[in-house]
Amino acid sequence: MTMARNKTMLYTVILAFTFIAPFAFPAYGTQLATLWLMIIVALTWDMTGGQMGYNSLGNIFFYGTGMYVAALISIGQVYDIGDYTNAAGGGIYEFTDAQYFGGLFLGVIGAGIFCSITAVIIGFLTFGLRGPYFAIGTLGVAIAAGELVSNWEWVGGGQGIALPVYPGDLDIGKIFFYFLFATVGVSVFVFVKWLYSTRFGAAINAIRDDEEKADAMGIHTLRYKLITWAMAAFFVGMAGGISAFQLIHFEPLESAYQTINLGIFMVVCVLLGGKGTLWGPVIGAILFHLFKEVTWNYFLGWQWVALGALIVVTVVYFQDGVMGWLMHKRPEWFGIRVEDKAAAEAKVEGRA
Amino acid sequence: MSSIIEVQGVSKSYGGVVANHEVSLTVKSGTITGLIGPNGSGKTTLFNSIVGYHPIDAGSIQFEGQEISKFPVQKIARLGMLRTFQQTRIYGAMNGVENMLISLPHRKMSIWDALKRNTREDYERADHLLEFVGLYEKRLLKSGDLSFGQQKLLEFAMALMNEPTCLLLDEPTAGINPTLINGLIERLKRANTEFGITLFIIEHNMRVIMNMAESIYCLAHGEMLAHGTPDEIQNDQNVIDAYLGAH
Repeated sequence: MTMARNKTMLYTVILAFTFIAPFAFPAYGTQLATLWLMIIVALTWDMTGGQMGYNSLGNIFFYGTGMYVAALISIGQVYDIGDYTNAAGGGIYEFTDAQYFGGLFLGVIGAGIFCSITAVIIGFLTFGLRGPYFAIGTLGVAIAAGELVSNWEWVGGGQGIALPVYPGDLDIGKIFFYFLFATVGVSVFVFVKWLYSTRFGAAINAIRDDEEKADAMGIHTLRYKLITWAMAAFFVGMAGGISAFQLIHFEPLESAYQTINLGIFMVVCVLLGGKGTLWGPVIGAILFHLFKEVTWNYFLGWQWVALGALIVVTVVYFQDGVMGWLMHKRPEWFGIRVEDKAAAEAKVEGRA
Repeated sequence: MSSIIEVQGVSKSYGGVVANHEVSLTVKSGTITGLIGPNGSGKTTLFNSIVGYHPIDAGSIQFEGQEISKFPVQKIARLGMLRTFQQTRIYGAMNGVENMLISLPHRKMSIWDALKRNTREDYERADHLLEFVGLYEKRLLKSGDLSFGQQKLLEFAMALMNEPTCLLLDEPTAGINPTLINGLIERLKRANTEFGITLFIIEHNMRVIMNMAESIYCLAHGEMLAHGTPDEIQNDQNVIDAYLGAH
Protein backbone atom coordinates (compact mmCIF):
# COMPACT_ATOMS: atom_id res chain seq x y z
CA MET A 1 0.00 0.00 0.00
CA THR A 2 2.71 2.47 0.99
CA MET A 3 4.66 1.24 -2.04
CA ALA A 4 1.83 2.31 -4.32
CA ARG A 5 1.53 5.63 -2.52
CA ASN A 6 5.27 6.23 -2.83
CA LYS A 7 5.05 5.57 -6.56
CA THR A 8 2.17 7.97 -7.00
CA MET A 9 4.14 10.57 -5.05
CA LEU A 10 7.20 10.02 -7.22
CA TYR A 11 5.25 10.39 -10.46
CA THR A 12 3.50 13.51 -9.14
CA VAL A 13 6.81 15.13 -8.20
CA ILE A 14 8.33 14.32 -11.59
CA LEU A 15 5.30 15.62 -13.46
CA ALA A 16 5.28 18.80 -11.37
CA PHE A 17 8.98 19.30 -12.06
CA THR A 18 8.32 18.81 -15.76
CA PHE A 19 5.84 21.66 -15.68
CA ILE A 20 7.92 24.01 -13.56
CA ALA A 21 11.38 23.36 -15.06
CA PRO A 22 11.28 25.70 -18.10
CA PHE A 23 9.99 28.57 -15.93
CA ALA A 24 12.38 27.90 -13.06
CA PHE A 25 15.41 27.62 -15.36
CA PRO A 26 14.54 29.89 -18.30
CA ALA A 27 18.18 30.03 -19.44
CA TYR A 28 18.17 26.26 -19.99
CA GLY A 29 14.93 26.04 -22.00
CA THR A 30 16.55 24.57 -25.10
CA GLN A 31 18.75 22.15 -23.11
CA LEU A 32 15.73 20.88 -21.23
CA ALA A 33 13.85 20.40 -24.50
CA THR A 34 16.84 18.46 -25.85
CA LEU A 35 16.82 16.35 -22.68
CA TRP A 36 13.25 15.33 -23.46
CA LEU A 37 14.30 14.52 -27.00
CA MET A 38 17.04 12.26 -25.60
CA ILE A 39 14.52 10.57 -23.31
CA ILE A 40 12.16 9.97 -26.26
CA VAL A 41 14.81 8.44 -28.51
CA ALA A 42 16.29 6.38 -25.66
CA LEU A 43 12.92 4.98 -24.54
CA THR A 44 11.92 4.13 -28.10
CA TRP A 45 15.32 2.62 -28.88
CA ASP A 46 14.91 0.39 -25.85
CA MET A 47 11.57 -0.90 -27.18
CA THR A 48 13.42 -2.90 -29.83
CA GLY A 49 16.98 -2.87 -28.46
CA GLY A 50 16.34 -3.62 -24.81
CA GLN A 51 12.94 -5.28 -24.71
CA MET A 52 12.97 -7.18 -28.01
CA GLY A 53 16.69 -7.83 -28.50
CA TYR A 54 16.98 -6.11 -31.87
CA ASN A 55 19.75 -3.53 -31.61
CA SER A 56 18.92 -1.04 -34.30
CA LEU A 57 21.53 1.53 -35.26
CA GLY A 58 19.07 2.94 -37.76
CA ASN A 59 16.43 4.53 -35.51
CA ILE A 60 17.94 7.87 -36.49
CA PHE A 61 16.41 7.18 -39.89
CA PHE A 62 12.98 7.84 -38.37
CA TYR A 63 14.22 11.02 -36.73
CA GLY A 64 15.55 12.39 -40.01
CA THR A 65 12.61 11.19 -42.03
CA GLY A 66 10.27 12.71 -39.44
CA MET A 67 11.99 16.07 -39.91
CA TYR A 68 11.58 15.99 -43.65
CA VAL A 69 8.02 14.71 -43.65
CA ALA A 70 6.89 17.31 -41.11
CA ALA A 71 8.63 20.10 -43.01
CA LEU A 72 7.28 19.03 -46.39
CA ILE A 73 3.73 18.64 -45.10
CA SER A 74 3.71 22.07 -43.48
CA ILE A 75 5.28 23.81 -46.50
CA GLY A 76 3.22 21.85 -48.99
CA GLN A 77 0.03 23.12 -47.39
CA VAL A 78 0.87 26.66 -48.42
CA TYR A 79 3.47 26.74 -51.20
CA ASP A 80 4.88 24.61 -53.98
CA ILE A 81 7.69 22.63 -52.36
CA GLY A 82 10.01 22.79 -55.38
CA ASP A 83 9.75 26.60 -55.57
CA TYR A 84 10.20 26.94 -51.83
CA THR A 85 13.35 24.85 -51.60
CA ASN A 86 14.73 26.37 -54.82
CA ALA A 87 14.63 29.86 -53.38
CA ALA A 88 17.51 29.01 -51.00
CA GLY A 89 16.59 31.92 -48.80
CA GLY A 90 16.17 34.32 -51.71
CA GLY A 91 12.38 34.36 -51.89
CA ILE A 92 10.07 35.65 -49.23
CA TYR A 93 7.64 33.06 -47.98
CA GLU A 94 5.26 34.21 -45.30
CA PHE A 95 3.29 31.90 -43.03
CA THR A 96 0.31 33.11 -41.03
CA ASP A 97 -0.03 31.90 -37.44
CA ALA A 98 -2.76 29.48 -38.49
CA GLN A 99 -0.58 28.13 -41.30
CA TYR A 100 2.40 27.77 -38.96
CA PHE A 101 0.63 25.98 -36.13
CA GLY A 102 -1.65 24.01 -38.44
CA GLY A 103 1.33 22.91 -40.50
CA LEU A 104 3.29 22.02 -37.38
CA PHE A 105 0.46 19.95 -35.96
CA LEU A 106 -0.32 18.09 -39.18
CA GLY A 107 3.37 17.77 -40.02
CA VAL A 108 4.29 16.20 -36.68
CA ILE A 109 1.38 13.75 -36.72
CA GLY A 110 2.02 12.96 -40.40
CA ALA A 111 5.71 12.38 -39.65
CA GLY A 112 4.77 9.84 -36.98
CA ILE A 113 2.40 7.96 -39.26
CA PHE A 114 4.77 8.02 -42.23
CA CYS A 115 7.65 6.69 -40.10
CA SER A 116 5.44 3.89 -38.74
CA ILE A 117 4.70 2.76 -42.28
CA THR A 118 8.35 2.90 -43.32
CA ALA A 119 9.27 0.92 -40.18
CA VAL A 120 6.95 -1.87 -41.27
CA ILE A 121 8.49 -1.90 -44.77
CA ILE A 122 12.11 -1.73 -43.58
CA GLY A 123 11.33 -4.21 -40.82
CA PHE A 124 9.92 -6.64 -43.32
CA LEU A 125 13.24 -6.53 -45.17
CA THR A 126 15.62 -6.44 -42.19
CA PHE A 127 14.00 -8.51 -39.42
CA GLY A 128 15.40 -11.65 -40.97
CA LEU A 129 18.80 -10.39 -39.78
CA ARG A 130 19.96 -11.12 -36.24
CA GLY A 131 22.37 -9.53 -33.79
CA PRO A 132 25.15 -7.43 -35.32
CA TYR A 133 23.81 -8.00 -38.84
CA PHE A 134 20.57 -6.28 -37.94
CA ALA A 135 22.51 -3.39 -36.37
CA ILE A 136 24.66 -2.92 -39.48
CA GLY A 137 21.73 -3.42 -41.84
CA THR A 138 19.67 -0.71 -40.17
CA LEU A 139 22.69 1.60 -39.93
CA GLY A 140 23.05 1.15 -43.68
CA VAL A 141 19.45 2.22 -44.20
CA ALA A 142 20.02 5.43 -42.21
CA ILE A 143 23.27 6.29 -43.99
CA ALA A 144 21.81 5.55 -47.42
CA ALA A 145 18.75 7.67 -46.64
CA GLY A 146 20.94 10.63 -45.65
CA GLU A 147 22.95 10.37 -48.87
CA LEU A 148 19.85 9.98 -51.03
CA VAL A 149 18.09 12.95 -49.48
CA SER A 150 21.17 15.17 -49.77
CA ASN A 151 21.13 14.54 -53.52
CA TRP A 152 17.43 15.16 -53.92
CA GLU A 153 17.07 18.78 -55.01
CA TRP A 154 13.29 18.88 -54.65
CA VAL A 155 13.67 18.62 -50.86
CA GLY A 156 16.56 21.05 -50.76
CA GLY A 157 19.46 18.67 -51.42
CA GLY A 158 22.53 19.16 -49.28
CA GLN A 159 21.29 22.63 -48.27
CA GLY A 160 18.43 21.18 -46.32
CA ILE A 161 15.25 23.09 -45.58
CA ALA A 162 14.63 26.34 -43.74
CA LEU A 163 11.30 26.49 -41.95
CA PRO A 164 9.51 29.61 -40.75
CA VAL A 165 10.53 30.99 -37.37
CA TYR A 166 8.16 30.63 -34.40
CA PRO A 167 5.65 33.48 -34.73
CA GLY A 168 5.77 35.52 -31.58
CA ASP A 169 8.13 35.95 -28.68
CA LEU A 170 11.11 33.63 -29.11
CA ASP A 171 11.46 32.97 -25.38
CA ILE A 172 7.89 31.74 -25.36
CA GLY A 173 8.78 29.76 -28.47
CA LYS A 174 11.46 27.92 -26.48
CA ILE A 175 8.92 27.02 -23.80
CA PHE A 176 6.46 26.00 -26.52
CA PHE A 177 8.95 23.51 -27.99
CA TYR A 178 9.91 22.32 -24.54
CA PHE A 179 6.29 21.40 -23.86
CA LEU A 180 5.89 19.74 -27.25
CA PHE A 181 8.86 17.46 -26.52
CA ALA A 182 7.72 16.94 -22.92
CA THR A 183 4.22 15.93 -24.08
CA VAL A 184 5.61 13.36 -26.48
CA GLY A 185 8.14 12.21 -23.85
CA VAL A 186 5.54 11.70 -21.13
CA SER A 187 3.28 9.97 -23.67
CA VAL A 188 6.08 7.57 -24.66
CA PHE A 189 6.79 6.77 -21.03
CA VAL A 190 3.15 6.13 -20.15
CA PHE A 191 2.72 4.14 -23.35
CA VAL A 192 5.70 1.82 -22.85
CA LYS A 193 4.92 1.42 -19.15
CA TRP A 194 1.52 0.12 -20.18
CA LEU A 195 2.82 -1.90 -23.13
CA TYR A 196 5.41 -3.76 -21.05
CA SER A 197 2.70 -4.80 -18.60
CA THR A 198 0.66 -6.53 -21.31
CA ARG A 199 0.99 -9.94 -22.95
CA PHE A 200 2.39 -8.07 -25.94
CA GLY A 201 5.29 -6.89 -23.77
CA ALA A 202 5.90 -10.44 -22.58
CA ALA A 203 5.90 -11.68 -26.16
CA ILE A 204 8.60 -9.24 -27.29
CA ASN A 205 10.66 -10.20 -24.22
CA ALA A 206 10.30 -13.81 -25.33
CA ILE A 207 11.62 -12.84 -28.77
CA ARG A 208 14.62 -11.20 -27.10
CA ASP A 209 15.42 -14.16 -24.87
CA ASP A 210 14.97 -16.97 -27.41
CA GLU A 211 13.26 -16.23 -30.67
CA GLU A 212 13.39 -19.84 -31.86
CA LYS A 213 11.65 -20.95 -28.69
CA ALA A 214 9.06 -18.20 -29.16
CA ASP A 215 8.44 -19.53 -32.69
CA ALA A 216 8.12 -23.05 -31.34
CA MET A 217 5.52 -21.86 -28.83
CA GLY A 218 3.43 -20.40 -31.63
CA ILE A 219 4.05 -16.69 -30.99
CA HIS A 220 3.54 -14.50 -34.11
CA THR A 221 7.12 -13.28 -33.91
CA LEU A 222 7.32 -11.25 -37.13
CA ARG A 223 4.00 -9.54 -36.44
CA TYR A 224 5.13 -8.45 -32.96
CA LYS A 225 8.49 -7.27 -34.23
CA LEU A 226 6.93 -5.12 -36.96
CA ILE A 227 4.32 -3.60 -34.65
CA THR A 228 6.90 -2.81 -31.97
CA TRP A 229 9.23 -1.07 -34.39
CA ALA A 230 6.34 0.79 -36.00
CA MET A 231 5.28 2.10 -32.59
CA ALA A 232 8.83 3.19 -31.78
CA ALA A 233 9.12 4.84 -35.21
CA PHE A 234 5.87 6.72 -34.65
CA PHE A 235 7.28 8.53 -31.61
CA VAL A 236 10.74 9.07 -33.09
CA GLY A 237 9.17 10.47 -36.25
CA MET A 238 7.10 12.91 -34.21
CA ALA A 239 10.19 13.95 -32.23
CA GLY A 240 12.01 14.53 -35.52
CA GLY A 241 9.12 16.63 -36.77
CA ILE A 242 9.20 18.82 -33.66
CA SER A 243 12.99 19.15 -33.96
CA ALA A 244 12.62 20.40 -37.52
CA PHE A 245 10.51 23.34 -36.34
CA GLN A 246 12.65 23.92 -33.26
CA LEU A 247 15.90 24.04 -35.26
CA ILE A 248 14.25 26.20 -38.00
CA HIS A 249 16.92 25.17 -40.47
CA PHE A 250 18.14 21.61 -40.89
CA GLU A 251 20.23 19.78 -43.45
CA PRO A 252 20.39 16.05 -44.22
CA LEU A 253 23.70 14.72 -42.95
CA GLU A 254 24.52 16.68 -39.78
CA SER A 255 21.09 17.36 -38.33
CA ALA A 256 18.54 15.00 -39.89
CA TYR A 257 20.27 11.66 -40.47
CA GLN A 258 22.97 12.32 -37.85
CA THR A 259 24.03 8.71 -37.44
CA ILE A 260 27.18 9.36 -35.39
CA ASN A 261 25.60 11.89 -33.06
CA LEU A 262 22.05 11.29 -31.92
CA GLY A 263 22.01 7.91 -33.67
CA ILE A 264 24.72 6.64 -31.30
CA PHE A 265 23.79 8.80 -28.30
CA MET A 266 20.42 7.09 -27.98
CA VAL A 267 22.14 3.71 -27.70
CA VAL A 268 24.65 5.02 -25.15
CA CYS A 269 21.83 6.53 -23.04
CA VAL A 270 20.11 3.15 -22.86
CA LEU A 271 23.31 1.24 -22.06
CA LEU A 272 24.23 3.78 -19.39
CA GLY A 273 20.84 3.64 -17.72
CA GLY A 274 20.13 -0.06 -18.15
CA LYS A 275 18.87 -1.93 -21.16
CA GLY A 276 15.48 -3.58 -21.07
CA THR A 277 14.19 -1.65 -18.05
CA LEU A 278 11.49 1.00 -17.86
CA TRP A 279 13.52 3.64 -16.02
CA GLY A 280 16.95 2.80 -17.43
CA PRO A 281 16.60 4.81 -20.66
CA VAL A 282 15.24 7.81 -18.74
CA ILE A 283 18.03 7.75 -16.15
CA GLY A 284 20.60 7.13 -18.87
CA ALA A 285 19.34 10.03 -20.96
CA ILE A 286 19.52 12.40 -17.98
CA LEU A 287 23.04 11.29 -17.00
CA PHE A 288 24.27 11.35 -20.57
CA HIS A 289 22.80 14.76 -21.29
CA LEU A 290 24.28 16.21 -18.09
CA PHE A 291 27.67 14.74 -18.92
CA LYS A 292 27.48 16.07 -22.45
CA GLU A 293 26.45 19.58 -21.44
CA VAL A 294 29.11 19.77 -18.70
CA THR A 295 31.93 18.61 -20.96
CA TRP A 296 30.78 20.85 -23.81
CA ASN A 297 30.84 23.85 -21.45
CA TYR A 298 33.90 23.21 -19.32
CA PHE A 299 36.17 20.97 -21.36
CA LEU A 300 35.69 22.48 -24.76
CA GLY A 301 38.17 20.98 -27.18
CA TRP A 302 38.20 17.74 -25.19
CA GLN A 303 34.46 17.15 -25.23
CA TRP A 304 34.53 14.43 -27.91
CA VAL A 305 37.40 12.67 -26.14
CA ALA A 306 35.45 12.71 -22.88
CA LEU A 307 32.35 11.43 -24.66
CA GLY A 308 34.32 8.67 -26.35
CA ALA A 309 35.80 7.69 -22.98
CA LEU A 310 32.30 7.56 -21.47
CA ILE A 311 31.11 5.29 -24.27
CA VAL A 312 34.11 2.97 -23.93
CA VAL A 313 33.77 2.76 -20.13
CA THR A 314 30.02 2.12 -20.38
CA VAL A 315 30.32 -0.55 -23.04
CA VAL A 316 33.31 -2.33 -21.50
CA TYR A 317 32.76 -2.05 -17.74
CA PHE A 318 29.16 -1.01 -17.17
CA GLN A 319 27.08 -2.89 -19.72
CA ASP A 320 24.10 -3.49 -17.47
CA GLY A 321 23.83 0.19 -16.69
CA VAL A 322 22.52 1.85 -13.55
CA MET A 323 19.37 -0.28 -13.34
CA GLY A 324 21.25 -3.51 -14.09
CA TRP A 325 23.76 -2.70 -11.38
CA LEU A 326 20.96 -2.01 -8.89
CA MET A 327 19.21 -5.23 -9.87
CA HIS A 328 22.43 -7.10 -9.19
CA LYS A 329 23.08 -5.37 -5.86
CA ARG A 330 19.51 -5.35 -4.56
CA PRO A 331 17.63 -8.21 -6.26
CA GLU A 332 14.90 -8.14 -3.58
CA TRP A 333 13.89 -4.62 -4.73
CA PHE A 334 12.89 -6.22 -8.00
CA GLY A 335 11.04 -9.17 -6.45
CA ILE A 336 13.72 -11.79 -7.18
CA ARG A 337 13.54 -14.19 -4.22
CA VAL A 338 12.81 -17.72 -3.09
CA GLU A 339 9.43 -17.78 -1.46
CA ASP A 340 9.34 -19.25 2.00
CA LYS A 341 8.03 -22.79 1.62
CA ALA A 342 5.50 -22.58 4.44
CA ALA A 343 4.12 -19.30 3.14
CA ALA A 344 3.96 -20.68 -0.38
CA GLU A 345 2.01 -23.74 0.74
CA ALA A 346 -0.36 -21.66 2.83
CA LYS A 347 -1.05 -19.56 -0.24
CA VAL A 348 -1.78 -22.59 -2.40
CA GLU A 349 -4.05 -24.13 0.21
CA GLY A 350 -5.84 -20.84 0.75
CA ARG A 351 -6.58 -20.72 -2.94
CA ALA A 352 -7.72 -24.33 -3.14
CA MET B 1 -8.91 -44.64 -31.99
CA SER B 2 -8.09 -42.05 -34.66
CA SER B 3 -4.54 -41.06 -35.48
CA ILE B 4 -3.32 -37.56 -34.63
CA ILE B 5 0.06 -37.67 -36.41
CA GLU B 6 0.40 -39.60 -39.63
CA VAL B 7 3.90 -39.74 -41.12
CA GLN B 8 4.19 -41.38 -44.54
CA GLY B 9 7.44 -42.15 -46.34
CA VAL B 10 9.33 -39.12 -45.01
CA SER B 11 12.91 -38.72 -46.20
CA LYS B 12 15.37 -36.05 -45.16
CA SER B 13 19.04 -35.77 -45.91
CA TYR B 14 21.66 -33.20 -45.02
CA GLY B 15 23.98 -32.95 -47.98
CA GLY B 16 24.98 -36.56 -48.56
CA VAL B 17 23.95 -37.81 -45.13
CA VAL B 18 20.58 -39.52 -45.14
CA ALA B 19 19.06 -38.77 -41.74
CA ASN B 20 15.62 -40.22 -42.43
CA HIS B 21 14.78 -42.64 -45.23
CA GLU B 22 11.13 -43.32 -46.02
CA VAL B 23 10.02 -43.26 -42.42
CA SER B 24 6.37 -43.93 -41.70
CA LEU B 25 4.61 -43.94 -38.36
CA THR B 26 1.29 -43.23 -36.72
CA VAL B 27 0.60 -41.62 -33.37
CA LYS B 28 -2.86 -42.44 -32.11
CA SER B 29 -4.87 -39.71 -30.50
CA GLY B 30 -4.79 -39.70 -26.71
CA THR B 31 -1.96 -42.21 -26.36
CA ILE B 32 1.66 -42.12 -25.30
CA THR B 33 3.91 -43.20 -28.14
CA GLY B 34 7.64 -43.71 -27.85
CA LEU B 35 10.45 -43.22 -30.36
CA ILE B 36 13.74 -44.92 -29.57
CA GLY B 37 16.92 -45.66 -31.45
CA PRO B 38 20.70 -45.46 -31.04
CA ASN B 39 22.46 -42.09 -31.20
CA GLY B 40 22.41 -40.62 -34.67
CA SER B 41 19.54 -42.79 -35.84
CA GLY B 42 17.50 -39.75 -36.94
CA LYS B 43 15.03 -39.33 -34.06
CA THR B 44 15.48 -35.62 -33.57
CA THR B 45 15.56 -35.06 -37.33
CA LEU B 46 12.16 -36.73 -37.55
CA PHE B 47 10.84 -34.52 -34.73
CA ASN B 48 12.16 -31.44 -36.50
CA SER B 49 10.49 -32.55 -39.72
CA ILE B 50 7.16 -33.06 -37.97
CA VAL B 51 7.11 -29.66 -36.27
CA GLY B 52 8.29 -27.84 -39.39
CA TYR B 53 11.87 -26.91 -38.52
CA HIS B 54 13.09 -27.83 -41.95
CA PRO B 55 11.50 -28.81 -45.24
CA ILE B 56 11.36 -32.54 -45.89
CA ASP B 57 12.70 -34.06 -49.13
CA ALA B 58 9.85 -36.47 -49.70
CA GLY B 59 6.77 -37.92 -48.05
CA SER B 60 3.80 -36.53 -46.21
CA ILE B 61 3.09 -35.48 -42.63
CA GLN B 62 -0.47 -35.04 -41.43
CA PHE B 63 -1.70 -33.58 -38.16
CA GLU B 64 -5.35 -34.24 -37.38
CA GLY B 65 -5.89 -35.10 -41.03
CA GLN B 66 -4.31 -31.87 -42.33
CA GLU B 67 -1.14 -31.91 -44.44
CA ILE B 68 1.43 -29.86 -42.49
CA SER B 69 4.73 -30.74 -44.16
CA LYS B 70 4.94 -27.29 -45.81
CA PHE B 71 3.88 -25.26 -42.75
CA PRO B 72 6.35 -23.13 -40.76
CA VAL B 73 7.05 -23.85 -37.09
CA GLN B 74 4.77 -21.17 -35.64
CA LYS B 75 1.80 -22.24 -37.69
CA ILE B 76 2.16 -25.86 -36.61
CA ALA B 77 2.55 -24.74 -33.00
CA ARG B 78 -0.66 -22.76 -33.34
CA LEU B 79 -2.47 -25.86 -34.58
CA GLY B 80 -1.79 -27.30 -31.15
CA MET B 81 1.32 -29.41 -31.69
CA LEU B 82 4.27 -28.35 -29.56
CA ARG B 83 7.73 -29.70 -28.99
CA THR B 84 10.27 -29.41 -26.20
CA PHE B 85 13.98 -29.36 -26.89
CA GLN B 86 16.73 -31.83 -26.12
CA GLN B 87 18.85 -28.87 -24.99
CA THR B 88 16.21 -27.32 -22.77
CA ARG B 89 15.02 -23.92 -23.93
CA ILE B 90 13.43 -21.52 -21.51
CA TYR B 91 13.59 -17.73 -21.25
CA GLY B 92 16.54 -17.52 -18.87
CA ALA B 93 16.32 -13.86 -17.91
CA MET B 94 12.74 -14.16 -16.69
CA ASN B 95 11.34 -15.83 -13.63
CA GLY B 96 9.20 -18.96 -13.66
CA VAL B 97 5.86 -17.19 -13.59
CA GLU B 98 6.83 -14.94 -16.49
CA ASN B 99 7.98 -17.96 -18.45
CA MET B 100 4.60 -19.54 -17.87
CA LEU B 101 2.60 -16.46 -18.80
CA ILE B 102 4.49 -16.05 -22.07
CA SER B 103 3.49 -19.59 -22.92
CA LEU B 104 -0.20 -18.79 -22.98
CA PRO B 105 -1.59 -20.14 -26.24
CA HIS B 106 -1.19 -17.41 -28.86
CA ARG B 107 -3.34 -19.36 -31.30
CA LYS B 108 -6.35 -18.24 -29.30
CA MET B 109 -5.12 -14.69 -29.00
CA SER B 110 -5.95 -11.78 -31.31
CA ILE B 111 -3.73 -8.72 -31.30
CA TRP B 112 -6.31 -7.00 -29.05
CA ASP B 113 -6.15 -9.85 -26.56
CA ALA B 114 -2.37 -9.50 -26.64
CA LEU B 115 -2.68 -5.86 -25.62
CA LYS B 116 -4.42 -6.86 -22.40
CA ARG B 117 -2.78 -7.78 -19.16
CA ASN B 118 -2.77 -11.32 -17.95
CA THR B 119 -5.88 -12.16 -16.01
CA ARG B 120 -6.12 -13.59 -12.51
CA GLU B 121 -7.06 -16.93 -14.12
CA ASP B 122 -3.83 -16.85 -16.15
CA TYR B 123 -1.80 -16.34 -12.98
CA GLU B 124 -3.68 -19.07 -11.17
CA ARG B 125 -3.17 -21.48 -14.02
CA ALA B 126 0.55 -20.63 -14.09
CA ASP B 127 0.84 -21.19 -10.33
CA HIS B 128 -1.15 -24.39 -10.56
CA LEU B 129 1.06 -25.86 -13.26
CA LEU B 130 4.24 -24.75 -11.49
CA GLU B 131 2.90 -26.54 -8.43
CA PHE B 132 2.16 -29.53 -10.68
CA VAL B 133 5.82 -29.83 -11.70
CA GLY B 134 7.05 -28.94 -8.21
CA LEU B 135 8.57 -25.55 -8.92
CA TYR B 136 6.13 -23.34 -7.05
CA GLU B 137 8.59 -22.18 -4.38
CA LYS B 138 11.15 -21.24 -7.00
CA ARG B 139 8.76 -19.49 -9.32
CA LEU B 140 10.12 -16.00 -8.59
CA LEU B 141 13.74 -16.89 -9.28
CA LYS B 142 15.46 -16.06 -12.53
CA SER B 143 14.84 -19.28 -14.40
CA GLY B 144 18.31 -19.22 -15.93
CA ASP B 145 19.61 -19.84 -12.40
CA LEU B 146 17.57 -23.03 -11.95
CA SER B 147 19.30 -26.39 -12.28
CA PHE B 148 19.14 -28.18 -15.61
CA GLY B 149 16.57 -30.64 -14.31
CA GLN B 150 14.39 -27.86 -12.94
CA GLN B 151 14.62 -26.04 -16.25
CA LYS B 152 13.39 -29.20 -17.97
CA LEU B 153 10.44 -29.34 -15.60
CA LEU B 154 9.75 -25.68 -16.26
CA GLU B 155 9.85 -26.26 -20.00
CA PHE B 156 7.37 -29.08 -19.56
CA ALA B 157 5.07 -26.85 -17.48
CA MET B 158 5.33 -24.14 -20.16
CA ALA B 159 4.29 -26.64 -22.79
CA LEU B 160 1.26 -27.59 -20.70
CA MET B 161 0.39 -23.90 -20.27
CA ASN B 162 0.09 -23.68 -24.04
CA GLU B 163 -2.77 -26.21 -23.95
CA PRO B 164 -1.49 -28.35 -26.80
CA THR B 165 -3.41 -31.30 -28.15
CA CYS B 166 -0.17 -33.08 -28.93
CA LEU B 167 3.21 -32.71 -27.28
CA LEU B 168 6.51 -33.93 -28.72
CA LEU B 169 9.11 -34.39 -26.00
CA ASP B 170 12.76 -34.76 -26.94
CA GLU B 171 14.43 -36.76 -24.14
CA PRO B 172 12.42 -35.40 -21.22
CA THR B 173 14.43 -37.27 -18.60
CA ALA B 174 17.96 -36.64 -19.88
CA GLY B 175 19.96 -34.84 -17.23
CA ILE B 176 17.36 -35.24 -14.53
CA ASN B 177 18.50 -37.00 -11.39
CA PRO B 178 17.12 -40.53 -10.95
CA THR B 179 14.91 -39.75 -7.96
CA LEU B 180 13.18 -36.94 -9.87
CA ILE B 181 12.62 -39.20 -12.87
CA ASN B 182 9.89 -41.21 -11.18
CA GLY B 183 8.06 -38.00 -10.35
CA LEU B 184 8.41 -36.88 -13.95
CA ILE B 185 7.07 -40.16 -15.34
CA GLU B 186 4.06 -39.83 -13.09
CA ARG B 187 3.49 -36.23 -14.24
CA LEU B 188 3.83 -37.12 -17.89
CA LYS B 189 1.26 -39.85 -17.43
CA ARG B 190 -1.05 -37.46 -15.62
CA ALA B 191 -0.65 -34.88 -18.41
CA ASN B 192 -1.82 -37.63 -20.74
CA THR B 193 -4.74 -38.88 -18.67
CA GLU B 194 -5.91 -35.70 -16.88
CA PHE B 195 -5.29 -33.10 -19.59
CA GLY B 196 -5.84 -35.52 -22.46
CA ILE B 197 -2.63 -34.54 -24.24
CA THR B 198 -1.24 -36.99 -26.78
CA LEU B 199 2.45 -37.54 -26.04
CA PHE B 200 5.11 -38.53 -28.54
CA ILE B 201 8.39 -39.06 -26.72
CA ILE B 202 12.01 -39.57 -27.75
CA GLU B 203 13.73 -41.34 -24.89
CA HIS B 204 17.01 -43.09 -24.25
CA ASN B 205 16.09 -44.31 -20.82
CA MET B 206 14.51 -47.72 -21.57
CA ARG B 207 13.00 -48.10 -18.12
CA VAL B 208 11.15 -44.81 -18.58
CA ILE B 209 9.82 -45.40 -22.06
CA MET B 210 8.85 -49.05 -21.47
CA ASN B 211 6.90 -47.87 -18.43
CA MET B 212 4.96 -45.19 -20.19
CA ALA B 213 4.41 -45.88 -23.85
CA GLU B 214 1.71 -48.08 -25.26
CA SER B 215 3.34 -48.19 -28.63
CA ILE B 216 7.02 -47.80 -29.51
CA TYR B 217 8.85 -47.13 -32.76
CA CYS B 218 12.53 -47.87 -33.13
CA LEU B 219 14.71 -46.05 -35.66
CA ALA B 220 18.17 -47.17 -36.77
CA HIS B 221 20.35 -45.59 -39.44
CA GLY B 222 17.46 -43.33 -40.41
CA GLU B 223 15.08 -46.20 -41.19
CA MET B 224 12.18 -47.59 -39.24
CA LEU B 225 13.46 -50.80 -37.72
CA ALA B 226 10.61 -52.01 -35.58
CA HIS B 227 7.24 -51.08 -34.17
CA GLY B 228 5.25 -52.71 -31.42
CA THR B 229 4.26 -52.80 -27.80
CA PRO B 230 7.02 -52.41 -25.19
CA ASP B 231 7.16 -56.19 -24.79
CA GLU B 232 7.51 -56.83 -28.49
CA ILE B 233 10.23 -54.18 -28.83
CA GLN B 234 12.20 -55.51 -25.86
CA ASN B 235 12.28 -58.96 -27.40
CA ASP B 236 12.91 -57.90 -31.00
CA GLN B 237 16.24 -59.25 -32.15
CA ASN B 238 16.73 -56.40 -34.66
CA VAL B 239 16.32 -53.79 -31.91
CA ILE B 240 18.74 -55.60 -29.62
CA ASP B 241 21.28 -55.85 -32.43
CA ALA B 242 20.91 -52.16 -33.31
CA TYR B 243 21.61 -51.16 -29.73
CA LEU B 244 24.49 -53.56 -29.28
CA GLY B 245 26.03 -52.62 -32.61
CA ALA B 246 25.57 -55.87 -34.58
CA HIS B 247 24.87 -55.48 -38.30
